Amino acid sequence: MAELQPENPYAPDRFPDPAKKVEFSLEAKRRFDDLLPRYPTRMAVLLPTLHLAQEEWGWISPEVVVYVADLLELSPATVFGVVSFYNMYNQRPVGKYHLQVCTNLSCMLGGAYDIYDRLQEKLGIAPGETTADGRFTLVEVECLGSCDTAPVVQVNNDYHEGLTMETTERLVDGLK
Amino acid sequence: MDPIKVLTANIDKPDSTSIDTYIDGGGYEALKKALSMTPVAVTEEVKSSELRGRGGAGFPTGMKWSFVPKNAPKPTYLLCNADESEPGTFKDRLLIERDPHLLLEGMIISAYAIGSCSMAYIYIRGEFHYGATVLEKAMSEARERGFLGTNILGSGFDLDITVHRGAGAYICGEETGLIESLEGKRGQPRVKPPFPAIVGVFGGPTVVNNVETLACVPLIIGRGADWFKSFGIPKNTGPKLYCVSGHVKKPGVYEFPMTINLKELLYEHCGGITDDRPLKAVIPGGASAPMLTPDEIDLPLTFDAVMKAGSMLGSAAIIVMNDSVCIVDAVWRLAKFFAHESCGQCTPCREGTHWMEAILDRIERGEGRQQDADLLLDMADNIGGKSLCALGDAAIGPVISSVKKFRDEFLHHVTHKSCLPGTKRYRRLGAVAAH
Ligand SMILES: Cc1cc2nc3c(=O)[nH]c(=O)nc-3n(C[C@H](O)[C@H](O)[C@H](O)COP(=O)(O)O)c2cc1C
Ligand code: SF4
Ligand code: FES
Repeated sequence: MAELQPENPYAPDRFPDPAKKVEFSLEAKRRFDDLLPRYPTRMAVLLPTLHLAQEEWGWISPEVVVYVADLLELSPATVFGVVSFYNMYNQRPVGKYHLQVCTNLSCMLGGAYDIYDRLQEKLGIAPGETTADGRFTLVEVECLGSCDTAPVVQVNNDYHEGLTMETTERLVDGLK
Repeated sequence: MDPIKVLTANIDKPDSTSIDTYIDGGGYEALKKALSMTPVAVTEEVKSSELRGRGGAGFPTGMKWSFVPKNAPKPTYLLCNADESEPGTFKDRLLIERDPHLLLEGMIISAYAIGSCSMAYIYIRGEFHYGATVLEKAMSEARERGFLGTNILGSGFDLDITVHRGAGAYICGEETGLIESLEGKRGQPRVKPPFPAIVGVFGGPTVVNNVETLACVPLIIGRGADWFKSFGIPKNTGPKLYCVSGHVKKPGVYEFPMTINLKELLYEHCGGITDDRPLKAVIPGGASAPMLTPDEIDLPLTFDAVMKAGSMLGSAAIIVMNDSVCIVDAVWRLAKFFAHESCGQCTPCREGTHWMEAILDRIERGEGRQQDADLLLDMADNIGGKSLCALGDAAIGPVISSVKKFRDEFLHHVTHKSCLPGTKRYRRLGAVAAH
C-alpha cells in the first residue's frame, strides 16, 4: 500500500486551490470518452482516468483529484483514497526522469542496492527526493517482473535491464 | 530432460507479435474448432486435460469454469490476471510481449466456454506499459480479422476485450483485490464466500485466470487433452514456464514438461551457480514460497511434489541464493516487500508484517535478542490463517522456513553482532527506509 504523505496532511497545499482550475486537453478528453463505454460503471473508469491525468500533468494534484471526481461523479475523498492506495500515482510532482530502482531479492542479489546508493550520491538526493533542477526523482520500487535481467531500473515508462555501475552512470548521463 | 517449445513456440520468430506470424504457425485454428463445439464440450476438454492454474494456487481450471452458474441475471466476466507482481516471476510478461495472440486466442475460447460473457478484461500491472501497447495492437489486428467483436467468425458469439492497467499494488494480483481494483476502488480483497464465480466483478459471475493458464487453452483445444496430458504426470500436466533468477549463470524463462527436476534445471540448464559457489537456498515458487535447502532440491517441479517438500510451486518463480548470501538480509528484503504490500485491511497482516520486517532489521544490525528467532515464529503463527486473504500466509513462508532451516545463522547475528563469516549483506545499513 502506498504510504500517505508523511508530512502534515492538513498543510494548505494538500487542499485544492479554487483559483487553479484544471481541464483535460482535447486529446485527453477524446481518450476519456473512449474509455467510458468499455466499463459498465463510471467508477470503474477511475484508474484509467487517473493514468490519463498523470500523463497530462505528471502528478495527481489536489485540483486534479477534484476534477477527476467531478468527471466520474465521485467524491474527492473517494478519488483521493484510490490515489493514495496505488504506488504509481504521484502525490507530489516528480522530475522529468523518474528513476525507479528495483531492489527486490533478485535485483538485490545482482547489486541493486549498490546502484541505488551510487545514484543517491551522484544526484545528491535522498530516496524519494527530486534534484533541484527538477530533472531526476529517485525511488526504490518492488519487483518489476524482470528478474532474469537484474538489476533493473525503470525510467518513466521504460525498463533498463541488466545494469552495472558503469551502464547506470552512462544511462543517467545520457538523460538530458 | 530436454527443454520444449510449446507455449514458447512463437517467441523467437521474427515479428512474433504480428497476427500473420501467429496464423502462419497455425494460430486461431483452435478458436475455429472451439466455436464448432458446444461451450460445455470445450469446458469438458479443459477439465480432462487436468490443466491447473498457473497463477499460484494450482486450482483446476475446467472445474473453476464449471462453477459459473448458467443463466445468471447479470453478465459473466472473464478476467485475465496479468498483474505478475510476485517477486521472481516474469513469465507472463514474456508471453504478452512476444506472443500476445496466444493469450488473446486463449481468452476468446475461454470466454466462449464460460458462456454469457461479452466483455473480458486483461488486468495488466501498470509498469508493463510496453506489454499493454503490444496487446492493444494485437487486439486491433484480431478485430480486423473478425476474431474479436460481434458475431465472431459467423458463430453468433460476441466478445470484446479491454486492457486495464493497474497502478502498482501487488495485492491486486489476488483475485478479489483485482476485482475491487477493476471496479475503480482500493484493491482490498473481499471476504469469501461468495466466490467470484458466483458474485465477482460488477456483481456478475466472474472467472479470474492467469496469463499462462489462458495461453494453455488453445493448445488443449487445438491438439486435444490427451496430447496436453502427455507432458507431465497425472494431476500435474502440461508444458510449464519456469522463471529462474538470482545466483545462476543463465537466468531466464525455461519451458519444460512439469516433471523437470529442480536440481537438474539449475545445474544442467541454467549453467550452475554463480561464481561456482555452493548453493545455499532456493525459493521454488516466488517470494511467498518457503525456502528449500540444497539437500531438498532433488525433486520434480510439480505442484504436488513441491508441496510435499513443504513449499509450493506457486508461480514457478525460482530464486537461487549461493553461499555468499546472508540469509537474514535476504529474508528481511522479502519481509519488507510484504509489509509494503499489505493492503492494511486486517490487523494481523498489517501490523505483523511490519513487526517482522523490523525484527529482521534489528537482527541484521546486530541489535537482536536471543529470543528473536522464536519471536518471529510466534508472530508468524499469529498471522498465518488469521488474515483475510492469502497475502498474510504468503508473508510468513520465507520467515518460518528460514528461521527453522538457518537458526544458527540468526543466532550468530545476535551473539557476534555480524553476519556469518563468508556471507555478505547486499544492502548498506543506512537509516531505516521509509515505505
Ligand atoms: C497476494 C497474492 C498475489 C497474487 N498475485 C497474482 C498475480 O500477480 N498473478 C496471478 O496470475 N495470480 C496471482 N495470485 C493468484 C490469484 O489470486 C488467482 O488465484 C489466480 O489469478 C487464478 O488464476 P489461475 O487459476 O489461472 O492460476 C495472487 C494471489 C495472492 C494471494
Ligand atoms: S491479509 Fe493482508 S493483504 Fe490480505 S486483506 Fe488482510 S491486510 Fe490485506
Ligand atoms: S527483483 Fe527486480 S525485477 Fe524482480
